[in-house]
Amino acid sequence: MNNQYLREELIRQSGVNPKKCMKCGKCSATCPAYDEMEYHPHQFVSMVESGDIEPLLQSESLYKCLSCFACIERCPRGVEPAKLVEAVRLSAIRKQGENRMTANDVPALLDEDTPQQLLVSAFRKYSK
Amino acid sequence: MQVNEHKPLIVAFCCNWCSYAGADLAGNNRLNYPADVKIIRVPCSCRVNPMFILRAFQRGADGVIICGCHPGDCHYTSGNYYTRRRMAALFSMLDFLGIEKERTRVEWVSAAEGAKFAATMNDFVEQVTALGENKRLEDLRCKR
Amino acid sequence: MQRVGVFVCWCGSNIAGTVDVQAVSEALKSEPGVVFSANYQYMCSQAGQDMIKEAVKEHNLTGIVVCSCSPRMHEATFRKTAAAAGINPYMVEIANIREQCSWVHKDIATGTEKAIILGKAAIAKVNLNTPLTPGESPVTKRALVIGGGIAGIQTALDIADAGFPVDIVETKPTIGGKMAQLDKTFPTLDCAACILTPKMVDVAQNEKIRIFSYSEVSEIKGFVGNFDVTIKKNARYVKEDICTGCGACVEKCPMKKVPNEFNLGMDNRSAIYIPFAQAVPKVATIDPNACNMLKNGKCGLCARVCTAGAIDYTQKDEYINEKYGAIVVATGFNPISMDKFDEFAYNQSKDVITSLEFERLTNAAGPTAGHLERPSDGKSPKTIVFVQCVGSRCDACAEKGKEYCSKICCMYTAKHAMLTRDKYPDTEVYVFYIDVRTPGKNFDEFYRRAVEEYGVKYVKGMVGKVTPEGDKLKVQASDLIANKQLHIDADLVVLAAAIEPDKSARPLATMLTASMDTNDFFTEAHPKLRPVESPTAGVFLSGACQGPKDIPETVSQAGAAASKVIGLLAKDKLTGNPCVAHSNELMCNGCSSCEKVCAYGAITYENKEFRMPDRTTKIRRVAVVNPAVCQGCGACTVACPSGAMDLNGFASNQIMAEVDAICK
Repeated sequence: MNNQYLREELIRQSGVNPKKCMKCGKCSATCPAYDEMEYHPHQFVSMVESGDIEPLLQSESLYKCLSCFACIERCPRGVEPAKLVEAVRLSAIRKQGENRMTANDVPALLDEDTPQQLLVSAFRKYSK
Repeated sequence: MQVNEHKPLIVAFCCNWCSYAGADLAGNNRLNYPADVKIIRVPCSCRVNPMFILRAFQRGADGVIICGCHPGDCHYTSGNYYTRRRMAALFSMLDFLGIEKERTRVEWVSAAEGAKFAATMNDFVEQVTALGENKRLEDLRCKR
Repeated sequence: MQRVGVFVCWCGSNIAGTVDVQAVSEALKSEPGVVFSANYQYMCSQAGQDMIKEAVKEHNLTGIVVCSCSPRMHEATFRKTAAAAGINPYMVEIANIREQCSWVHKDIATGTEKAIILGKAAIAKVNLNTPLTPGESPVTKRALVIGGGIAGIQTALDIADAGFPVDIVETKPTIGGKMAQLDKTFPTLDCAACILTPKMVDVAQNEKIRIFSYSEVSEIKGFVGNFDVTIKKNARYVKEDICTGCGACVEKCPMKKVPNEFNLGMDNRSAIYIPFAQAVPKVATIDPNACNMLKNGKCGLCARVCTAGAIDYTQKDEYINEKYGAIVVATGFNPISMDKFDEFAYNQSKDVITSLEFERLTNAAGPTAGHLERPSDGKSPKTIVFVQCVGSRCDACAEKGKEYCSKICCMYTAKHAMLTRDKYPDTEVYVFYIDVRTPGKNFDEFYRRAVEEYGVKYVKGMVGKVTPEGDKLKVQASDLIANKQLHIDADLVVLAAAIEPDKSARPLATMLTASMDTNDFFTEAHPKLRPVESPTAGVFLSGACQGPKDIPETVSQAGAAASKVIGLLAKDKLTGNPCVAHSNELMCNGCSSCEKVCAYGAITYENKEFRMPDRTTKIRRVAVVNPAVCQGCGACTVACPSGAMDLNGFASNQIMAEVDAICK
């Protein structure tokens, strides 16, 4: 599927210019969550650019990205893939009823070893 | 065709190295453009003083076009960049002086672009013809 | 008032077909200044030219207007005719009624009308022409080559071959440059030293060439043909003419812990040193920052062992003044610093090295005598990872790296990988690439051989990070084709660092008033047609100072630069273009506007004494144009706020007169 409207919206929201990408793959090379992800940082850039966004919206990869920004730090072309992943994630969870994590989910996750701050930031990251 | 159709008078400043050669090439290839265009040869487009352009309008020219080498290809390395900046500044003030901006143009024509030269001139003459006579700045004292 | 003769050419039917030439010559007869007007079939023919000469004699003409083809065609012809007839060649103007009139218009009435207007414009211009004489300046028949790498060496040899004396200035104690540090050269794999050192010896033995090693250019004055250069010869504390290069001092020197620049700090040298065995000149140099004798007066061993008595601790920097006709810049390149590339752990592990360091590691004269050993523990590496494009092709807003492709890395990495697999077949070699760029004779074949015959593993992707762990380097990389992330335990990581112009280039460009791009590469006068000349007359470019280049390209550019220099030095006098700018001292207010727009550095300022109307004198700063340097673009004439600057041949009043004539 080629979703031009969504493509432009994602580019506008993230401020990322995917055309600057020279397809070196350094973002994916540096990604610590690579093996957890179905679509990797370089694929996000390339798929958003080609408007092939639906598979990304459905993918678990959106929630596997750690937002560690290593890809942003290392990209030689200044493309900032993590910002694009963030934009796709937001456009997924902002839909009605698509919150990844609701307040009701939190008590079940409470655990002595889990720092509370982690839950707070996960809650912020996964709900609108 | 209307009998009294206004024939515009157009002065073209062409740099010696690219655009003048481009105009020559248009001639070599017999590419027609209106005779209203009269070319003045300058070493580089940056030799064109804004005064020359105003003088032309004062003397009754209906349009002035400046042609130079493409950016980055200037025979004198950077001359056309000066032209670009100077003309942008001049053109922005033309309305204030009483000349429609559309009567002026800066165009990059290389020595290989005879066709582009002819096309540019055809287009520019059409544009200026549509505007009609330049009456607003013309100095009647300069009329003979 | 001029006495102008007008000559209208038919050009067979080329002009006469669309322009009524008789009407044109009649119409122009009554123009101001015109005393003679005629038309003829072919003005450029011998008969046509004779007609002009006769008319000049008969009517005492002072100016000539030829209505004919483009001035780009026959302006030179008619100028010669004028000169032969005894009037100044610059008193000729051409009205282009062929290319820009008869050939582009079909109607005789319009063609004739336009031809008359063009003729009037040319007459208006010629009425304001002034006789011009090209300036002449003598040429000093000696060339200066700045930089003694392969580019400088080749240029100097070629110039000397033509019989002109050449001086090479090199900042290092020896010539040879980067090529002397290389092991093998692609794509033929002949050893760099075997092809370079004979050339170095040729330089040393050529009586036309003088080498100023351990020296730098400190001042440049003058202009094309007449450069006045001051060379600073740094004190090396060894008398160059006496030292035999025996090396006894090097052996005895007790300060042996100085990082050896020639081996990129991978081993040590002594405080007194000869960079390498085939150095030219083969003379020792004392490093003043390391020598005990120079620092605190305690030692003096080298002076005692030197049988020739060449050591001189009291030597001072020496300044030499010399005149040159041409200057060749051959300042070369350096790999960029890896300090900002933390992800590759260059500063954390000794086993992460640059490709130039790898060259030294595999060079038989290098720190390991050619055995491929890890710098940290001397073990031979079993897995080697090469990373390409480190710092090349980066975005302009990225804080590190260069925007351009460094051009040579693909090939030398293929070479390194191939040689490693050849000498040590049990080594696993990975090359991570973004694109493999191998345009060049036998280049792609070479790269394919590395893959197909030598089994080098080329992986499309980039290395993301390198982490030292134990005695291994954990390399995390992407394989884009397999869509996998790779984790490799490597023993050695080699970074193909981007190259950048030498740091000395920027101050040198300022001294030369030669232009540079944003990356500090020297700009050529024309990117296609004048690739070895700087826009500044008399300054030529050789090698990587102009852009990344491999050895074959450098050598060919060096030869091209030399031929340009020879062409210049072969002249006894330089005849300038008289159509140059000049400033009216009485109107100039010394504001420097013109100097700022001049691409050639042709404008300088001097303080001049002026006699005022009240008989006092006043000193004012006024612009002076050097006619030998000015190229006549006219940028300054428009920049000048007071109208003091004007251009010969295209003076403001001349162009105004043309405008007036056309608009009448």
